[in-house]
Amino acid sequence: MKHLRQLEDQSVYILREAYKHFNHLAMLWSMGKDSTVLLWLARKAFFGHVPFPLLHVDTSYKIPAMIEYRDRIAREWRLNLVVGQNKEALAAGMNHTLGRDVCCTALKTTAMKNLVEEKGYTGIILGVRADEDSTRAKERYFSPRDKHGDWDFRDQPPELWDQFKTTFPPGTHIRIHPLLDWTEINIWEYIKHENIPFMDLYLDRGDGTRYRSLGCAPCTMPIKSTAKTVDEIIAELRGTNVAERAGRAQDAGRGMEMLRKKGYM
Amino acid sequence: MNRGFIERVNHMTQHDQTKPQESLNIVIVGHVDHGKSTLVGRLYADTGSLPEGKVEKVQAICRQQGKEFEYAFLFDAFLEEQEQGITIDTARTFFIWNGRQYIIIDAPGHKEFLKNMISGAARAEAALLLIDALEGVREQSKKHGYLLSLLGVTQFAVVVNKMDLVGYRQDVFDGIEKEYREFLGQFRAVPQQMIPVSAKMGDNIATRSSHMNWYQGPTVLETLALFKKEQVRSEQPLRFPLQDVYKFDARRILAGRITAGRLKVGDQLVFSPSNKTALVQSIEGFNVDPPQSEAQAGQSVGITLDEQIFVERGEIASHRDSIPLVSTAIRVNLFWMGRRPLEKGRKYVLRLATREVACEVAAIHRIIDTADLAQLQESQAVAKNQVAELTLRAKSPLAFDLSSSFEATGRFVLVDEYDIAGGGIITELVHDEQEGLREEARQREYAWLTGDVRAEDRAAQYGHRAAIVLFTGSAQTGKTFLARRVEALLVADSRHAYLLEGENLLQGLDADLSAADPSFAAERVRRYGEVARLLIDTGLIVVSTSKTFGINYQRMAEMIRTLVQPAPVIAVHMSRAGEEPPPNTDLHFAGPQDFDAAARRILEELKRRGVLIQPSGTKSTIQYSI
Ligand SMILES: Nc1nc2c(ncn2[C@@H]2O[C@H](COP(=O)(O)OP(=O)(O)OP(=O)(O)O)[C@@H](O)[C@H]2O)c(=O)[nH]1
Ligand SMILES: [Mg+2]
Repeated sequence: MKHLRQLEDQSVYILREAYKHFNHLAMLWSMGKDSTVLLWLARKAFFGHVPFPLLHVDTSYKIPAMIEYRDRIAREWRLNLVVGQNKEALAAGMNHTLGRDVCCTALKTTAMKNLVEEKGYTGIILGVRADEDSTRAKERYFSPRDKHGDWDFRDQPPELWDQFKTTFPPGTHIRIHPLLDWTEINIWEYIKHENIPFMDLYLDRGDGTRYRSLGCAPCTMPIKSTAKTVDEIIAELRGTNVAERAGRAQDAGRGMEMLRKKGYM
Repeated sequence: MNRGFIERVNHMTQHDQTKPQESLNIVIVGHVDHGKSTLVGRLYADTGSLPEGKVEKVQAICRQQGKEFEYAFLFDAFLEEQEQGITIDTARTFFIWNGRQYIIIDAPGHKEFLKNMISGAARAEAALLLIDALEGVREQSKKHGYLLSLLGVTQFAVVVNKMDLVGYRQDVFDGIEKEYREFLGQFRAVPQQMIPVSAKMGDNIATRSSHMNWYQGPTVLETLALFKKEQVRSEQPLRFPLQDVYKFDARRILAGRITAGRLKVGDQLVFSPSNKTALVQSIEGFNVDPPQSEAQAGQSVGITLDEQIFVERGEIASHRDSIPLVSTAIRVNLFWMGRRPLEKGRKYVLRLATREVACEVAAIHRIIDTADLAQLQESQAVAKNQVAELTLRAKSPLAFDLSSSFEATGRFVLVDEYDIAGGGIITELVHDEQEGLREEARQREYAWLTGDVRAEDRAAQYGHRAAIVLFTGSAQTGKTFLARRVEALLVADSRHAYLLEGENLLQGLDADLSAADPSFAAERVRRYGEVARLLIDTGLIVVSTSKTFGINYQRMAEMIRTLVQPAPVIAVHMSRAGEEPPPNTDLHFAGPQDFDAAARRILEELKRRGVLIQPSGTKSTIQYSI
């Protein structure tokens, strides 16, 4: 488990740098496996405490079990939970049938932008991993976003050794990615090693399917799998060549590249 | 479509299923278009490491653009990258082979994107440097080779690519090997392998080539396995740069990442540059059972100490027998990535481990031409993508190591405005005039004998920590007048304060000194500083005012600071309107003053700095400013 400890050490270092340098810091928590590991790493970094708010961008299309899980963990771990929602778009009837890019942009990107603006956060910690898709593979640990929340991937700041971009002009913010070096398998290995509570939607509960990645109900499809334990998930992943987000509709074509330039997580 | 590819995938097993025990970061560098991305793509394809559907996606893109299949597109994901056939930014990709996980960082070769290449290489533990067999050694081949060594990547192999374009001829390979080894030799870099390959055709990537029987060495894939995971750092002397101090609950935890050596519960730590010492009481953790009693290089940890000494982020903890260097001046090798050139005299922020300090470029000794290392230019400025030898002067003393002995504490970055604009390694300590006093203070701290009463016990009794309020400024600005106000106000507030007037020492302690002696002024300051130090040790707030002993006040203040280390210094400068305050001034009063308001302002500052402890309930509690 030496390499897990190395990943943990690096993520903890990044989290502590973020906490030191940003007065208005928040962490995005979608209750999925990655952001829950991220939350756990925050408890590691701050010795059982989570000294910043957790943001949940609620699209209203999440699977109901996710909300129950969210509220239980928030209570047990004494989290400061902040929920954001693009109520306007929802009231106007936004949903995925109007186009997935449009829907994701309205209910996630815009909802998050509004939340960041309203609360004045200057640092947002996200559980993005480099192995998720090829644009995330090109991310920095500390990644600036301009006044519109856009990502200028053509001109990213240098990142040398453990020195990160922690100063930035007013009106812009920094996305912080402590999990960049983790793979999907690492996430599960760590969940097992630390015994982190996770949602059983990730397991086969008898019908021969499970979720590999959790998003909105209409746009996330379960995969065929009989993995009933974390060990079985790890064994399954070691034997597969299917991309994790294959069950996610947004990733088709250049979808993700376009979404992420505009500020998508 | 490349048919060879399909055959190979079908012949290979699925990707390696053994559980990896370690992970290694590899960067791929080299001149633009020499085939880095192609090599990475080929490596993944030939080891069956690509996700399903990925090749089809790229095929569709190539067909759409009317291009031949490009392996490079597997990782050059951005539209702009594919349209121009060029890598813009590094990509992190993962693959598992023979029980090891590799993070492969594909760097761009175009000189426009050098800062991205550097970001990728700085993260690597080993490198592959590609040279196009047809084009030969080019400008960036050399620059990248030199930068690898500057960045501390000593483990690397040179890959001579596109051998298919030169008929797989050994003499071409030998020529490039000779030329490039000579270049590397100038800065004593030695590649572990030189490998002839064709990334496009798959020769010597994952499988041995049948076109180059003259080559017996390992393939690229075999070479990766030969790279070693570095372990030696934990065998070095301890370096623990303090990252932060937490007080979330009853514990006061010092957090940081050990960059070299080990620490154990019970160890005595010395913090540099403050010279404070304390014993490690515990290594804290969350969900760690049993608690760690020892920690080593690479680990992010949190410790508690037996004594609540005041230490701040940026200090480096070590064992007493091997402490880091301390100075305000360093000689460095630096590469510059800034939007505007680096200039002599301009101010930058220097970041070394967790320390941040203002600095300026004292001298630009020479610009190093990476294409021809023998050629050295004089210059007043360092342009983007140049490498230079400089002397930097920091505003306050800095703890560091030479990069030849310690990696993490021997290197630094420079921040220009909002951006990290340069990075470098420290090659020499430059002696400054404080050195003697610094050593005196350090030896004194080690040898000082104390009673059973600790500084924190005194602080709890007195309702404040010990500190010094150091007044500086030109004559006739009301320094002494204000200092007396501050003393009076503190005592009226039941604090223990004492006005230390420099001139008084002449009547007694300094009576033996002769004004004719050239060291008269310096010796007076030294004695003054030692007296201040002694009073501080009694738990007092020393309000210090004095004429400048005949040397300029900036220098005097620096000397006193060095001697009273590690006590908190609140520097107050008084000047006539329009003058610049000296560096490290906490409060500056210019022109005619409302002295009562100024005195109150100083007390506020003492509170803010955690010197004055607010009484809470019957017994005061200590609020360290953390
Ligand atoms: N004939 C031949 N062509 C090759 C070989 N390797 C790469 N190429 C071609 O060289 C061109 C550049 O390859 P890339 O892999 O994009 O080069 P790169 O080093 O990644 O370029 P940058 O990242 O932009 O610096 C492409 O058209 C490749 O098909 C090879 O072994 N033989
Ligand atoms: Mg490339």
